[in-house]
Amino acid sequence: MVQSYVPLSYYLLLSGFLFACGVVGFLIKRNIITIFMSIELMLNGVNLSFVAFAAHWHALAGQVFVFFVMVVAAAEAAVGLAIIIAVYRTRETLNVDQVNLLKL
Amino acid sequence: MGGAVNLLAQRHPINSALSLIAVMAALAGEYLLLGAEFVAAVQVIVYAGAIMVLFVFVIMLLNAGEEERTKGSRVAILLGVPGMLTGSVLTAWVVLRHSGTEAVPIGALPGPPKEIAQLLFHEFLLPFEVTSVLILIAIMGAVVLASKPESAAGKAD
Repeated sequence: MVQSYVPLSYYLLLSGFLFACGVVGFLIKRNIITIFMSIELMLNGVNLSFVAFAAHWHALAGQVFVFFVMVVAAAEAAVGLAIIIAVYRTRETLNVDQVNLLKL
Repeated sequence: MGGAVNLLAQRHPINSALSLIAVMAALAGEYLLLGAEFVAAVQVIVYAGAIMVLFVFVIMLLNAGEEERTKGSRVAILLGVPGMLTGSVLTAWVVLRHSGTEAVPIGALPGPPKEIAQLLFHEFLLPFEVTSVLILIAIMGAVVLASKPESAAGKAD
């Protein structure tokens, strides 16, 4: 085993950076698919902090929780992309500024 | 590490899905460094495999090739960028100060799939089953949502 050590705070900072990038992308992007990808980015940042804490406290439950987060993210991606397809069929656009009404 | 650099390239093009794949791969490497082999494998299979294929498929299906214009208000940029920088630097300083010395040994946690399976199917059995129901509902919802115009047109015909 390689005996090199990485502090927990570095993992937390990287996780926070990923989450912040997700938030910024969510706020400034106009393309609905890109917004969706930044949501995935936020989920990934949270997953990284879960795994880092699980390794730090020697608790395997954190990794199990990451598994559940991934499953929920997969379900969310499937439903969200289906919604995007449905929106594109009715609106013919992917710009969220032009999708301002729930009903046509 | 590597994911951070890829993220800054992510802002520009519409096909930022590729850089997102790079971020996922880098995160899988991080999980491997943390000793979470099962999570790393699931990350590669589920995220970099399934979800990103779904994303790329939808991008190509919807022909989303056009560049979006980014015009933000000047006040938001003037206030937001320094505020975000100071906030992130403060957060980094606090985190580094309070937990800077504790170290996570690389490969410290023996997280083989066997122990995770023990935990998953004994203590977390009910959430696991609820998850399966959730996935079933999600699949049905996706099918219904994505195929609505065809079925409506079929009824009209």
